[in-house]
Amino acid sequence: MLDTDFFRRWMAATAAAVDREASRLTELDAAIGDADHGSNMQRGFTAVTAALERESPATPGAVLTLAGRQLISTVGGASGPLYGTLLRRTGKALGDEPEVTDGRFADALEAGVEAVAQLGGAKAGDKTMLDALLPAVGALRSSAGAARDAALAGALATVPLQARKGRASYLGERSIGHQDPGATSAALLVAALVEAAGTSGGGDA
Amino acid sequence: MSEEQQVGIVLVSHSGPVAETVAELARGLAAGGATAPVAAAGGTSAGGLGTSVELIAGAARSVDRGAGVALLVDLGSAVLTVKAMLAEGDELPPGSRLVDAPFVEGAVAALVTASAGGDLDTVEAAAADAYGYRKV
Repeated sequence: MLDTDFFRRWMAATAAAVDREASRLTELDAAIGDADHGSNMQRGFTAVTAALERESPATPGAVLTLAGRQLISTVGGASGPLYGTLLRRTGKALGDEPEVTDGRFADALEAGVEAVAQLGGAKAGDKTMLDALLPAVGALRSSAGAARDAALAGALATVPLQARKGRASYLGERSIGHQDPGATSAALLVAALVEAAGTSGGGDA
Repeated sequence: MSEEQQVGIVLVSHSGPVAETVAELARGLAAGGATAPVAAAGGTSAGGLGTSVELIAGAARSVDRGAGVALLVDLGSAVLTVKAMLAEGDELPPGSRLVDAPFVEGAVAALVTASAGGDLDTVEAAAADAYGYRKV
């Protein structure tokens, strides 16, 4: 079972990973976007950390709903509404139980990813965060470690793709050969699940 | 046609100056006299390029007269932020609607229509019609 603390640890581990990788995310974004993804994500997850400390949400659903709201409010770029919708919709799907099963979480995250796809109008292969999230959601049915590996592989697989959504799509073929910053940060979010589960290689989250 | 029933217009751009200037342009072209309420919500709260939920919500509240609020957006996070706000959350007044229209031409059409007392459907249709003005 996954309790409220698990979800707080997930957000904390994501915030730490975003801090650690911020300059890399911005470099990736400089190649095909507007060079603000690292700082935008950092601002967003700093706000998430502060809000979770301030408000102490009592359920898994409330943790993610609050985190999502912070991202939408503070990021300022397209990743705000996208990640915000991901976490807010996942949180809503978790309901208000004090702890949830692994299967329930996988279902909820799938609903969150579907909401992202609907909001952005993107699909698999468009060189977006979905290219990490969609394989991760499927693999999460096995383990958090499998989800992490699938997300990372998905992010790496965006390199040869041509962007079809967002600012990078204006570059056309010139977007080929660069790893998508959104898929890269999405892989950080998924990898943080493994840290939250307290294992390094698999876990049953 | 009473003033308190006018539809409000919110212009959401990636850039503060773009939103402000388009609002000014629309007011200038809409009428000699009072127009329906229009507010700009461009850029981040800190004044940079981007989108702010706080500015959008504040602008929508400031133009809400109870007849609905039409939100026009330019690109990128402006589109996604308004859609995310409408999909979930309670930051926008009831009767708020994202209008699919070209930003500049749509803003003028929307404000002219709202100032003439058009309801939200009519304002939306007028703004969307602006896509049909071919220039070549």
